[in-house]
Amino acid sequence: MRKTTNQKAWFMVMPMLLLVAFSAIIPLMTVVNYSVQDTFGNNEFFWVGLEWFEEILASERVHDALIRQIIFTSIILAIEVPLGIFVALNMPKKNGLWASLCLVLIALPLLIPWNVVGTIWQIFGRIDIGLLGYLLDQIGFDYNYTQDATAAWFTIIIMDVWHWTSLVVLLCYAGLKSIPDAYYQAAKIDQASRWSMFRYIELPKMKGVLLIAILLRFMDSFMIYTEPFVVTGGGPGNATTFLSIDLVKMAIGQFDLGPAAAFSIIYFLVILLISWVFYTVMVHSDKEESV
Amino acid sequence: MAKITLSGLAHSYLKNPENEDDYALKTINHVWEDGAAYALLGPSGCGKTTLLNIISGLLKPSSGQVLFDTQDVTERLPSERNIAQVFQFPVVYDTMSVYDNLAFPLKNRKLSPDYIESRVQEIARIIEVEEILTKKAKGLSADIKQKISLGRGLVREDVNAILFDEPLTVIDPHMKWQLRTQLKVLHQKLGHTMIYVTHDQTEALTFADKVVVMSMGEVVQIGTPQELFEKPEHTFVGYFIGSPGMNILKTQVNGNKAIIGNHEIPLHKDYKNLSGKLELGIRPEYVSLTDNPDDLPITINRIEDVGHYKIIRASHQGEEINIISKEESGISENMRFARFDLDHTNIYANNWLVTP
Repeated sequence: MRKTTNQKAWFMVMPMLLLVAFSAIIPLMTVVNYSVQDTFGNNEFFWVGLEWFEEILASERVHDALIRQIIFTSIILAIEVPLGIFVALNMPKKNGLWASLCLVLIALPLLIPWNVVGTIWQIFGRIDIGLLGYLLDQIGFDYNYTQDATAAWFTIIIMDVWHWTSLVVLLCYAGLKSIPDAYYQAAKIDQASRWSMFRYIELPKMKGVLLIAILLRFMDSFMIYTEPFVVTGGGPGNATTFLSIDLVKMAIGQFDLGPAAAFSIIYFLVILLISWVFYTVMVHSDKEESV
Repeated sequence: MAKITLSGLAHSYLKNPENEDDYALKTINHVWEDGAAYALLGPSGCGKTTLLNIISGLLKPSSGQVLFDTQDVTERLPSERNIAQVFQFPVVYDTMSVYDNLAFPLKNRKLSPDYIESRVQEIARIIEVEEILTKKAKGLSADIKQKISLGRGLVREDVNAILFDEPLTVIDPHMKWQLRTQLKVLHQKLGHTMIYVTHDQTEALTFADKVVVMSMGEVVQIGTPQELFEKPEHTFVGYFIGSPGMNILKTQVNGNKAIIGNHEIPLHKDYKNLSGKLELGIRPEYVSLTDNPDDLPITINRIEDVGHYKIIRASHQGEEINIISKEESGISENMRFARFDLDHTNIYANNWLVTP
């Protein structure tokens, strides 16, 4: 059998390859380049192999930041997802002025630039001029996010919930709106309780959008930088130093480009891995159900 | 099971309806006999779903009452009325198994597990889903899902009526026949009062003992399929039922003569002098093509061969006349006249049938 080989076909994929190369591969490779070398300036580089990676993986400072990051992400997911569902369930279902008004109000926090969100809460939480801080202080709480780690965490978590629950609400609301009326009518005729309606109609129908919401919130919160940086700058001490804050400190503050590059790659892989696990579980459970 | 009485029922979706046109459902008085199969037939937007939702309690009528036997249920919620409803799109609980779907209405009513078990098995046998009871409802085909939603209605022994809202819309054509036949068998076996909403005349005529034809929010005729065909009480019924529908020709009536254009047709009955908009209605099946110049002269536009009969599309002074002629009867060039079977010729005044 004769097989025709046509090498010209490679040209067909060239534009795509070039695009991916410039948008992803080449920038990533520069990071890889830094991560395996050491430099003392003057554009002199020395090969160090995997040394930086070993250093980062053994670094207590990175471990602590990772643990803080995981705790932070878990807390905000545990608050934002149920709260988002709850708010979406209580939004007006019928189209009209009231529904539109609710949607606009809900979407508002999503439209504010991240550093502005940080500034808003930084001022909001101040005990001298901030409404939140002043009130908490007046009713007897010892609240000061610049000195107390718990207060700092509380502020950052509340800020993130305020900023991002809207996203979960909007996605869930879209999911809920897509449920035909007949389902609710059938459930009424079947004498289903409110809880059964949620459990057997609304939750299954929301599953798709909910998983997207969780994935988005996971990725964004795992990479959070701007808002806590503006509010606490990672403090008090290192109490709110999350992974990306730590990374920026290492790269720009200390100018340790090698370790920072290794850190970035590991960071990237961790997010990729967890997202992949989420995605697989999602798709898998969907398949299992339809069997 | 119960007899359902609609008394002075009317509904408007507007808050303050002012005239007749504001009503999606105009005043209706009707009794649905216990255990009968009814079809509610009409084009989209004629108010049939509105009427169905009032009976099931999903909608509260603007005025009038709904009675189940002697009880007024107008104010009751759907769950308190003991009715079952099958919707246009199959409603199943995706995450539950077929068994749990069928058991769901009983579990919600807190019945004993033993009873639920036996009842679900019984219904599964009737709707023929025994083999897939343990399967998840999600991946099933539309016709089986529709059977399950019917099963959820049948599973309760005390259902007063089963209401169907165009249940075969999303079913494949070859399954439609099967399901329709099964429904008919189920009705004979279980004897529930069934009300079936559809815009498909074949579905309505094959399913129901009695067909309720609706148009523009109004019930225009209630009758057996035979009655709807032979004696349409309203020109809409004549036109809507049958394929092609009834021929409707403008006419003048003088005693026992109908005058179409300048042609006179002797009638079997004496109508005296009628006034208003007068029309003569005759089914294409009762018109024959002749070569007799005493009959109504027509122009033949087109002949359609539909297999075992031919449809002749003709006209008389611009008004359309369809004729159904048996295949074997030959058609010759001289046949340019139409004869009406006078036993099946109806006269309508302002769209309503006149009985002399």
